Amino acid sequence: MTAGVTAPKVPSAAKLRKRSWYQQPRWHRLFALVVTALVLAQVTGAQGTRGDLFAALEENFSGGAVWGWLGLAVAIWLVREFAHELLGRYTSRVKEEAGRPAERPGDLTPSGGFSPAAAPVWLPALLARTVRFVTDVVRGQRLYRWGSMAALLGLLIVLPLMVSTFWQQVMVDQIGMFVLVAIGLNVVVGWAGMLDLGFIAFFAIGAYSSAFWTGGLPVEPPVELNNFLVIPIAVLTCLVAGVLLGAPTLRLRGDYLAIVTLGFHEIVYLTAKNWTEFTGGSRGAPQLDRFSVDLGFWSYEWELDPRPYYWLQLAFVVVVLLLFVRLEHSRVGRAWTAIREDEVAAAATGVDTVRFKLLAFAIGASTSGIAGVIYASKLGFINPEMFVLLLSVLALSYVVFGGMGSIPGVLIGTAVLVWLPEYLRDTVDPQDRYMYLGGLLVVMMIYRPQGLLPSRRRQRELRMAEEGSGSADALGARPGGAQA
Amino acid sequence: MSLSDIWDVLVLGVVLGSLYAVIAIGYTLVYGVLQLLNFAHSEVFMAGGFGGVIALTIFEPATDPSGLQSALYVLLGILGGALLGGLVAFGLEKGAYRPLRRRHASRLIFLITAIGASFFLYNLAGKMFGRYPMPMPTMYENKQVFEVFGTSVNVTQLLIVVAAVLMLLTVDFVVNRTKMGSGIRAVAQDPEVASLMGVDIDKVVSRTFVLGGVMGGVAGFLFGTNLQVEYTMGFLPGITAFAAAVLGGIGNVRGAMLGGLTLGVVEAFTVEWFGDAWRYAGAFAVLVLVLMFRPTGILGERVGRTA
Repeated sequence: MTAGVTAPKVPSAAKLRKRSWYQQPRWHRLFALVVTALVLAQVTGAQGTRGDLFAALEENFSGGAVWGWLGLAVAIWLVREFAHELLGRYTSRVKEEAGRPAERPGDLTPSGGFSPAAAPVWLPALLARTVRFVTDVVRGQRLYRWGSMAALLGLLIVLPLMVSTFWQQVMVDQIGMFVLVAIGLNVVVGWAGMLDLGFIAFFAIGAYSSAFWTGGLPVEPPVELNNFLVIPIAVLTCLVAGVLLGAPTLRLRGDYLAIVTLGFHEIVYLTAKNWTEFTGGSRGAPQLDRFSVDLGFWSYEWELDPRPYYWLQLAFVVVVLLLFVRLEHSRVGRAWTAIREDEVAAAATGVDTVRFKLLAFAIGASTSGIAGVIYASKLGFINPEMFVLLLSVLALSYVVFGGMGSIPGVLIGTAVLVWLPEYLRDTVDPQDRYMYLGGLLVVMMIYRPQGLLPSRRRQRELRMAEEGSGSADALGARPGGAQA
Repeated sequence: MSLSDIWDVLVLGVVLGSLYAVIAIGYTLVYGVLQLLNFAHSEVFMAGGFGGVIALTIFEPATDPSGLQSALYVLLGILGGALLGGLVAFGLEKGAYRPLRRRHASRLIFLITAIGASFFLYNLAGKMFGRYPMPMPTMYENKQVFEVFGTSVNVTQLLIVVAAVLMLLTVDFVVNRTKMGSGIRAVAQDPEVASLMGVDIDKVVSRTFVLGGVMGGVAGFLFGTNLQVEYTMGFLPGITAFAAAVLGGIGNVRGAMLGGLTLGVVEAFTVEWFGDAWRYAGAFAVLVLVLMFRPTGILGERVGRTA
C-alpha cells in the first residue's frame, strides 16, 4: 500500500442517522392517514353516473364530507403523535391493574380502593377482571362444556322462530349452506394446510348429482331416488372427484395446487354451463324434487317454508361436526397437523403424506357434496351461475376469517361474513356490499390474522411463524423480505 | 381448417398472449420477491384501463385524429395506464402487504388480504366511475396495416403486440442488467442475505410492485383499446395471466412471457375449435396437463431457492 492512498472519508454514524424535520416518519404517517381519509370519502360517497366519468369524484371531493374525513385524520394523527406518551402511560396502568389475579370475589376490589379520581383506571380493569373471574368459574364447572353446547344448540333451534322470513331465507339458503361448505373446506385448509381455491366445484358436483338422481336433468337416471338416498351417492361422487383431482396434483407445491384447484373449478363450471345435453346448459335444472320422507305410516315433505329446511340443515351440521370433532384428535387428525406444521418432518416420521392429504381432500369434498344436495333441493332449481369462481374464493376467506382449523371459529366466521352483505343491503347501497366485505377482510388480516376464534394450536403456529420458526401451512416457505 | 384460418387464429392468439405475458410478469415479479400470489394484480390491470380512459377523457382526442396526433394520444393513454397501474400497485403494497410483512404473516394471510384488496378495489372503481362498460375514446382509425399469409392485422393488434414486446424486452433488461434488477433477484434468492449485503428490502419490494404495476397498467390500457373498460374487466384476464405465470414457472420472468403467449394461443384455438363458451377451459386444461408432468412449470424453478 502506497502512502498516497488514504481511506475514503466515512461520515460519522450520527450524521448518517440525522434526519431533517421533513424526513420524520410522523409526516409519512400523516400522509397515510390523509390518503386513507380521501379513500374513505370515496368509499362512503356518491355513486358514479353513466356518461360523466368524473361526476362521482367531483361530488365526493367538493362536499363537506371530505373535510370531515380529513379533519378526523388530522385529529387522529395529532393524538397519536403528541399524546402518545400520555396514552401509553394510561394503558399500561390499566393493563397492570387488570392483570391482578382474583381467587375469590373479594379479590376483585381495585388495588387503590374505589376512589372516584382513579375511576378511568380501575373501571375498565374491574370490568375485564370480573369477566375473567366469571368465565374462569364457569369453565371450572364440570357441566360447562355440555351445558353450553346444549344451550347453544337450543338457541339455534329456536332462532328461526324469532326472525323475519327474509332472515329465515338467508339463514337457510346462505348461512346454513356455506357453514357446511366451510366445515368441509376447513378440513382441507385448516387441518391439512392445503390451499384450495376451487372448493365450490364439489358443491356444484353435489348439487348436480342431486339433480341427476332425482330426475331433474335432461338425462334419465337409472332409478329416480329420494333426496335422502341421493346424499350418500353425492358424497361418494364428490369423494371420487376429490381423489381424481387430488391424486395427480397433490405432489404439487402449495401455490401450484391453488391454481390447479382454481382451474378445476373453472372446468367444472364450464362443463355445467356448456354440456347442455347432460346438465341443461346455462338454463340448468329448473325443477327439482324437495326432500321428503315416506315411511308408509308417516310421510312428510319439506315445502317452501324455510324453517323445516333449517332444522334439517342443522341436523346435518351437527352430525358432521360430531364426526369431525372426533376426527380432529384421531390418528388422522394428528397426521394432518403434522403435515401442516412440517411436511418433510411428517414424511420422515412415517406419515404417508400423500394418502392423508388425499383423505383430507376427499373428506372435505364430500362434506361440500352434502351441502350441494341440500342446496339444490331447497332452492328447487340450479344453474351454473350459482357456482361461480367468486364463491370458491369467498369460501376460503370465510374459513380464514373465522380462524382456520377451529370449528367454532369457522362457524362464526362464515355466519358473520355471509350475514354482513345481507345486512348491508339495507344500510348502504347494495352495489357496494362487496367493497365493504373486501375492506373488512384486509383490515382483519392486518390486525387480527389469526381470525375471530382461532384454535389454540393454530394460534401458536402462526405466532411461531411470525417469530421465524416453521410455517403455519403446507404452502412452502413464508413470504420473505420482511425486515421490521 | 385451412392454413389461412390457422393464421387468423394465430394472430388473435398472439395478440391475446402478449397481453397475458405482460400481466403475468406482474404476478411473477411479485411472487419472486415475496412468494405471494398477488390476487389483486388483476385490479392493477383494471386500474390501468381506467387510467387510459381518464387520460384520454381529460385530453379529449380530436374527432378524426391522424398521424402524429394519434401517436400522441396512444402515448398519453399508455402513460395514464402506467401511472394509475403503478400507483395502485404501490398503494397496495404500502397499505395492505407491508404491515403483514412487518409481522412475518403466513402466506395464507397474504392471500386472503390480496383477495380482500381485490374485492375492495374493483368495487371501489365501480363506485367511482360507474358500473358499466365504457369504450376507449377513438385515438386512430383502426384500419388494416399489413397482411400475414392472407390474415389482416389491424392497428390495434399491431399496437398491442409491439407495445407488449417492447415492455417484455424492457423488463427483461431491467431485471437482468440493472442495479434495481440485481436487487430484485437478490431478494428473490434470499431476503436475509440480501439485507445483510445492504439491499434495502422495503425499497426493492416497493419498486417490484411498481414495475409490475406499470406493466399491468399498460396492459390494461391496451386491453381496453381492444375491447372496453369495465370495473370487472380484471378478473378473468387476471386469472388467466396468473395461470400463465404458473405455467411458465412462477418467479421466472421469461417463463411468464412464454406461459402468457402459450395460453393466449391455446385460448384462441380453443375458441376456434370448441366455441367461445369454452374459452377459459382450454387454458386451464393445458395448465393442469403441463403441471402434471412438470410440476414447477415449463421453465422450472427460478434460480436459487427451491422453496
